Amino acid sequence: MILPYALIFFLSSIALALVLNLVRLFTAPTVTDRILTLDTMTVNAIALVVAYGIWAGTGLYLEVAVIFALTGFVGTVAYCKFLLRGSIIE
Amino acid sequence: MRRLFPHPYLTLTLIVLWFLLVNQWKLGSLVMAAFLGTAIPLLTSAWWPDRARVKHPLGLAAYSALVLWDVIVANFQVARIVLFMPRDRIQSNWITIPLDLRSPEAISLLAGTITMTPGTLTSDMSACGRALLVHALHAPDPDAVRDEIKARYEARLKRIFE
Amino acid sequence: MTQVLDLFLSAILVGGGIFAIVGSYGLLRLPRPMQRLHAPTKATTIGVGAALLASSLGGLPLTGTVSIQEWLITLFLLLTAPISALFLAKTLILRGEADPNLPDSGTGSPWATLGEERPDP
Repeated sequence: MILPYALIFFLSSIALALVLNLVRLFTAPTVTDRILTLDTMTVNAIALVVAYGIWAGTGLYLEVAVIFALTGFVGTVAYCKFLLRGSIIE
Repeated sequence: MRRLFPHPYLTLTLIVLWFLLVNQWKLGSLVMAAFLGTAIPLLTSAWWPDRARVKHPLGLAAYSALVLWDVIVANFQVARIVLFMPRDRIQSNWITIPLDLRSPEAISLLAGTITMTPGTLTSDMSACGRALLVHALHAPDPDAVRDEIKARYEARLKRIFE
Repeated sequence: MTQVLDLFLSAILVGGGIFAIVGSYGLLRLPRPMQRLHAPTKATTIGVGAALLASSLGGLPLTGTVSIQEWLITLFLLLTAPISALFLAKTLILRGEADPNLPDSGTGSPWATLGEERPDP
């Protein structure tokens, strides 16, 4: 059974990806880059939550992942809408 | 029938979505799904007067399979460019794609497909809705990319929707 | 059978992990703003897809059923990634951070982000 080892590898790569994202978040040259980085971080966080759910052997974490996906998307669109139109709800 | 189910596809989608959300096969879930699938299209029909017209729903399934495969291939290409191509050798280009499609659903599907597939990203649309602005990560020959998108995706979507 | 599934899921997880790193590394490495938009929208989505597929099939040997809630998340991510990317690209174009030499739309009307009158903020 090599699945636990693959899972450890996956969790560490997501952690590394999140660290790379944090570096980008602090060195980003423009605001749009920061929004893109936050969006990527949300998607990586979903991967982390789902992988931890496999590790813990329960389906409960999937609900967390659903809510993360919803709020992450709405957040990205709201940031962009604010930069594009100057207001979020017209 | 038409009054009760103004958007049959939306009703079907909502029922499937509810089952995906509860993650169980129970009769109670089916009742709830049917209730939501009837109520939501009825209550929102005032804001969505036209119905989406799909001529060949089966063609849509084949199209999704093609796109899913292309998404996986796209990832290997983008990964190769990101990891191994020297920074100054990456030739990014803007590409204009004139549209033959007119149905809004088909155009948004095409835009989504372009974004998810090899090294291209839909960036904007012309104000009249007759052309798409696409950014290509590495395209030494922009015309070839345009022709491939038109032949591979737009032609199929035209057959499915129009 | 369990062995095969085990190997398959491990391969999917390792591949997904590598793609997740590639997506975030591309965000750091690519030099121009429009290019940076390419890496995360594609690679990161596949990374999550791998975790979701493994989670969906992971309970198969124990319970004999496939969990389908993961497919909802996968579907949602696949549908929203292009929309987020489109919004980010429009923001880049409007703020002039994208490569400035936009081609002509060829239809006589300008690109939607730049052409239309915007309301006062």
